[in-house]
Amino acid sequence: MAVTHPSDVGVPGHEGARRDPVLLALLGTAFVIILFHAIGLLPLWLHRIPEALIPPTAEVLDVVFAFVQNDLGLIHITRFIAEGPLEFLLDATANLLYGKRRWPMLGPIPWTAIAAAAAVLGYYLGGWKMALLAGGTFIWTALIGQWDDAMETMSVLVVAAPIAFLMGLLLGIAAWKYAWVDTAIKPILSVLQTLPFFTYLLPAVIFFKVGPTAGAVATIIYAIPPMILMTTLGLKKVSPEVVEAGKMSGCTRWQMLTRVYLPAARTELLVGVNQVIMLCLAMVVLTAFIGMPGLGAKLLAMMGSFKLGRSFEIGVTIVLFAIMLDRMSKAWVVKQPEHHEKGTPWWQQHIFLLVGLAGFVVFYVIAQFVDVFAEIGRRQSFSKGKEFDVAIKSFLAIDAVNAVTEWLRWFLNVKVLIPFRNSLLWIPTPAFILLVTALAYWLGGRKPAIYGFAFFTLVALSGWWDRSVITLYTVISAVIISMLIGIPLGVFAARSERWSSRILLACDTAQTFPSFIYLIPAIMLFGVNDVAVVFAIVIFTTVPLTRYTIEGLRTVPPEITEAADMSGATRRQKLWTVQLPMALPTMAVGFNQAIMFAFFMVIIAAFIGTQDLGQELQRTLAGTELGKNIVLGLNVSLMALTFDLAVMAWTEKQKKALGLA
Amino acid sequence: MAPVISAKNVWKLFGPDPERYLRSMPEGYGFDDIRADGYIAGVRDVSVDVTEGEMLVIMGLSGSGKSTLVRCFSRLHDITGGTIEVGGQDIMSLAEKELIELRRSKMGMVFQSFGLLPHRTVLENVAFPLEMRGQDKHTRRDRALEVVRLVGLEGREDYFPRELSGGQQQRVGIARSLAIEPDIWFLDEPFSALDPLIRREMQDEFLRLQEMLGKTIVFITHDFDEALRLADRIAIMKDGAIEQCDTPDEIVMYPATEYVRKFTEDIDKARVVHARGLSKPVNGVAPEGAPVDGKATIQDLARQLIDETREAIPVADGSGNVIGVMQRSDALDLLLGGA
Repeated sequence: MAVTHPSDVGVPGHEGARRDPVLLALLGTAFVIILFHAIGLLPLWLHRIPEALIPPTAEVLDVVFAFVQNDLGLIHITRFIAEGPLEFLLDATANLLYGKRRWPMLGPIPWTAIAAAAAVLGYYLGGWKMALLAGGTFIWTALIGQWDDAMETMSVLVVAAPIAFLMGLLLGIAAWKYAWVDTAIKPILSVLQTLPFFTYLLPAVIFFKVGPTAGAVATIIYAIPPMILMTTLGLKKVSPEVVEAGKMSGCTRWQMLTRVYLPAARTELLVGVNQVIMLCLAMVVLTAFIGMPGLGAKLLAMMGSFKLGRSFEIGVTIVLFAIMLDRMSKAWVVKQPEHHEKGTPWWQQHIFLLVGLAGFVVFYVIAQFVDVFAEIGRRQSFSKGKEFDVAIKSFLAIDAVNAVTEWLRWFLNVKVLIPFRNSLLWIPTPAFILLVTALAYWLGGRKPAIYGFAFFTLVALSGWWDRSVITLYTVISAVIISMLIGIPLGVFAARSERWSSRILLACDTAQTFPSFIYLIPAIMLFGVNDVAVVFAIVIFTTVPLTRYTIEGLRTVPPEITEAADMSGATRRQKLWTVQLPMALPTMAVGFNQAIMFAFFMVIIAAFIGTQDLGQELQRTLAGTELGKNIVLGLNVSLMALTFDLAVMAWTEKQKKALGLA
Repeated sequence: MAPVISAKNVWKLFGPDPERYLRSMPEGYGFDDIRADGYIAGVRDVSVDVTEGEMLVIMGLSGSGKSTLVRCFSRLHDITGGTIEVGGQDIMSLAEKELIELRRSKMGMVFQSFGLLPHRTVLENVAFPLEMRGQDKHTRRDRALEVVRLVGLEGREDYFPRELSGGQQQRVGIARSLAIEPDIWFLDEPFSALDPLIRREMQDEFLRLQEMLGKTIVFITHDFDEALRLADRIAIMKDGAIEQCDTPDEIVMYPATEYVRKFTEDIDKARVVHARGLSKPVNGVAPEGAPVDGKATIQDLARQLIDETREAIPVADGSGNVIGVMQRSDALDLLLGGA
C-alpha cells in the first residue's frame, strides 16, 4: 500500500485524515488486540472465531439448492435446455469443425478452406497484415498438429459467444429502459465479475451436464456482464438530437430502438462483442478443469506431466487465436461502411464475399482429392514439442540460470513470502478485520469501510478464515511485487511517445491472452511451488499497472507540464510534484484492476498447488458440494469487492479534487 | 384565420414533481424564486400564436428557454401547464399513436448538430421519416431523391454523413425534415454550428427554399442579426419568458424592455427597418408622386431619400397600392442615426 500513500506525493484531500477520530479508534482497537495477542493474554476465542460459532452456511445452501433443483424442478428445465437446443447447436458446430458424428454430417471442413476464408475476412477488415494473421493462425494450428483440439475449443466458442452477446444485449436494453432492472442487476454484476471462475463451473456442471454443454453455459454466463455494461453505456451515449430526430420522424418505440438507438450505439456494441469473444476464449480454455476437451485440456494435461515444449506450443496457439480474435473484432469496431460509386457492378460491391466464398469452395474441393489439404495427421505435423522440451530443460539446467532461479526461489520463499504469510496468519481475526476496515475508511471513507467490515466479517464467519488470509497474502505479495516492476516501467515508457506506444501495444496484446497462459512461464522457471504462483500472478498483474501508469502520465494536460517547465522544475521535480499526483487517480484504476486480476489468477494457480481457497474450490469440482463451492467463491468475491469499493471510491474523490472528473 | 400553432400560458418546469409545484406556486414568482425551490423554469407563462405561412424566429441567449419552447410545440417535451394547439388540436391530449401520426404527416425539424443517423447514407437519412411511416421503397426513394436535389446535394446520395462537410450535413438535415412535406417546420439553431461564411450561404439557401415552399416556420437562433434577416416576427426570450414578440421593424424602433434595447443598440437600424415600418396611415391626405416600395429598407432608399424633395413620401405594397405615407425626416433620422 505504501506506494499509493497519497501524502507521499502531495495530493490534496487527505490532510487531517490521520487525526480522524474514527480512523484512530479503528487502528487503536486493532493494535490493542494485537498487543494482547503478542503478550499472550488474548483469549483464544478472540484470535479465531471458534468452530462452534460458525454458521453452517454451506449445508444450508446445499439444502436450498436441493430444494430448488429437485423439488422445484429447476434441474428439469436446465437439463432440457442442455440436452435440447444447446447440445444440438454444440453438436452441429462440432460436426462442422472437427467432424463429430452428428447432424448435419457435413464436417469436418478442411483446414485449408477455413484458413482461406479467414484470410479473406482478415483482408477485408484490416488489409494484408490482418489477412496474414488470420490465415497464419489457422495454418500454424494445422501444421503444428493441434487442429482438432483448437476446433473443439472453437466449436464451443462459436456457440457461446453469440448467445452471450444476445443475452447481454437484451439484459443491457432492459437495464437501460427500466431503472429497477438496472438497480437489480448492478450488484449481481459486480459480484459476478469478482467471482472466481471455479464457482461458475460447478453449478454449470450440476445443472447442465458435464462436458461441452456445461462448458458453454459457464462461458456464456462469464461473458455476459461486460456486454450488458457496454450496451447500456452505448444506448445512454446516443446523442439527444439523434433521438429527437428519430421522434420527429415519427418513430414508434420499436422503430426507435431498432432503427435509431441500436445502430447509433454501434461502436459500443461492437466493443462489447470484442469483450464477449475475448472472455469466452479465456473461459473456454479454463473449462478444461471440468473436463471440457480442447486446447485448454491439452495444455492442462501437458503442464501436469511437465511437458514444457508441447505446453509452449499449445500456449502459442492459444495466444495466436487470442490476438487474431481480438484484432479482427477491434478492426470491425473501427470499420465504417463505405459507399460505392454509382454504377459499380454487383459483383464488385461484394467482391470480398465472393472471393472468400471462392477460396472456401476451391480448397474444399481440392481437399476431397488431396488428403493433406483436408487434415494433417499426427505423423505429418511439424510439432517440435520434444526438441523444445529438451531445449528448455537444458537451458534451465545451465548452472548460471539454475543458480538465479534457485536463489530467487529461496530468497522469495524464505525471506519474504513465508514470513509475510505467517505474520498475516498470526494477526487475530478481529484485529485483521479492523485493519481492513481502517484501510477502506482511509481510502474511500465511510461507505467502503462499512462494506469492508461487513464483507470481512462474513468471510470470518464462513469458517475458511485461514485459507482466505493465505489467498489474500498471495494477492498482496504479488501486487506489491508487480507495482515495483510495473510503475517504474510505466514511468520510463511514458517519457517518450515511441516507448509509450510500444509498451501499450505489448500490454494490450498481453491482456488478450487467456490467463491460463501465464502459468506456462511460471512453471517453466520455478517448477511447482509458491514462488511460481506469485510469479504467474505478477506477470498477469504487471500489465494493468504499467498500462495505467503510462496512460495516467500521458494524459496530464500539456499546459500543466509546460507550466512546471516554465517554473524551472527539473525532470525529477516535475515527475514527483506534478505528473505523478495528477496521474494517481488513473494509476489507482490500474492498481484496482491489478488486485482484481490477482484474485482471479490466484484461484487458477491452485493448479500449481496452493493452500488457499482456490485449492479447496478446485477440490469441490470433483464432487457435488455446491454449497461449499459457493461459500468459497463468495469469500473470494467479498474480499475482492472490499478492495474494489475502497480504491474506486478513493479514485472518484481524487478525480473530483483534481477537477479531472 | 386560425393560427397554426397557438400556445396559451405555457409553463415547462424541470424538477422532481413539477405539476404539483406549479399548482401550488404563488402568483408572480420569477425565475430565481423558482430556482430557489429546486426547480428550473424552462418556459414561463408563454403565450404566442404562429399563423400560416409565417416565419416566427425565437431569439435568446443560451439557457433562455428557446429550445425548450420549440420542443414543447412538437411535444418532445410534455408541458407542465397551459395549452398548446396545433391545427386546432390540443397536442397534450393526443395519444402516443396520434402524436406519431401528427409528426409523420405535419411536422419537420432541423437540429443544431444535425442529428443525422451515422450508419445511413444521405439518401437513407432523407428517406428515414418516409420509411417510418411505411412508404414503399420505390416511392420513398423517388421522393428522397427529389428533396436531395432540392437542397443541392445531387451526386452525394450514397455518401455517409461523416464524409460530408458541416454545411452539407445540415443540408441533409434540412432535406430529411422536408421529406414528408410538413406543414410546420421547426428549425433549432440550424446554422449555429457552421462557419460564418457557410452560415450566410445557408441562410440565403434557406430563404430561397422558403420562397418556394411557404411553410409555417418556427426558427430558433441566438444570433440577433440572423433573426432580423429572416424573421416575419421575432420573439425575444429571457429566463424562459418572452420579453417581446413583434416584427423586426417594431423591435428595432420600439424595444419593449431594457433587455431588448441592449440587443438593438449596435444594430444599424436603417438596414433593418422597411419603408412599410415607418409609414403611417394616409388619413385622407393625397400623397403626391410615385410611391416607394414598402418592402425596401431605409438603407435601400438612402440615395433617393437624400435627393427627395417631398416631405411626405407615399409607400406602396407589392402590387402598387398605396398603404401609407412615410415622413422623409423620420427616414433620414433613422438613416443618419440621429433619432
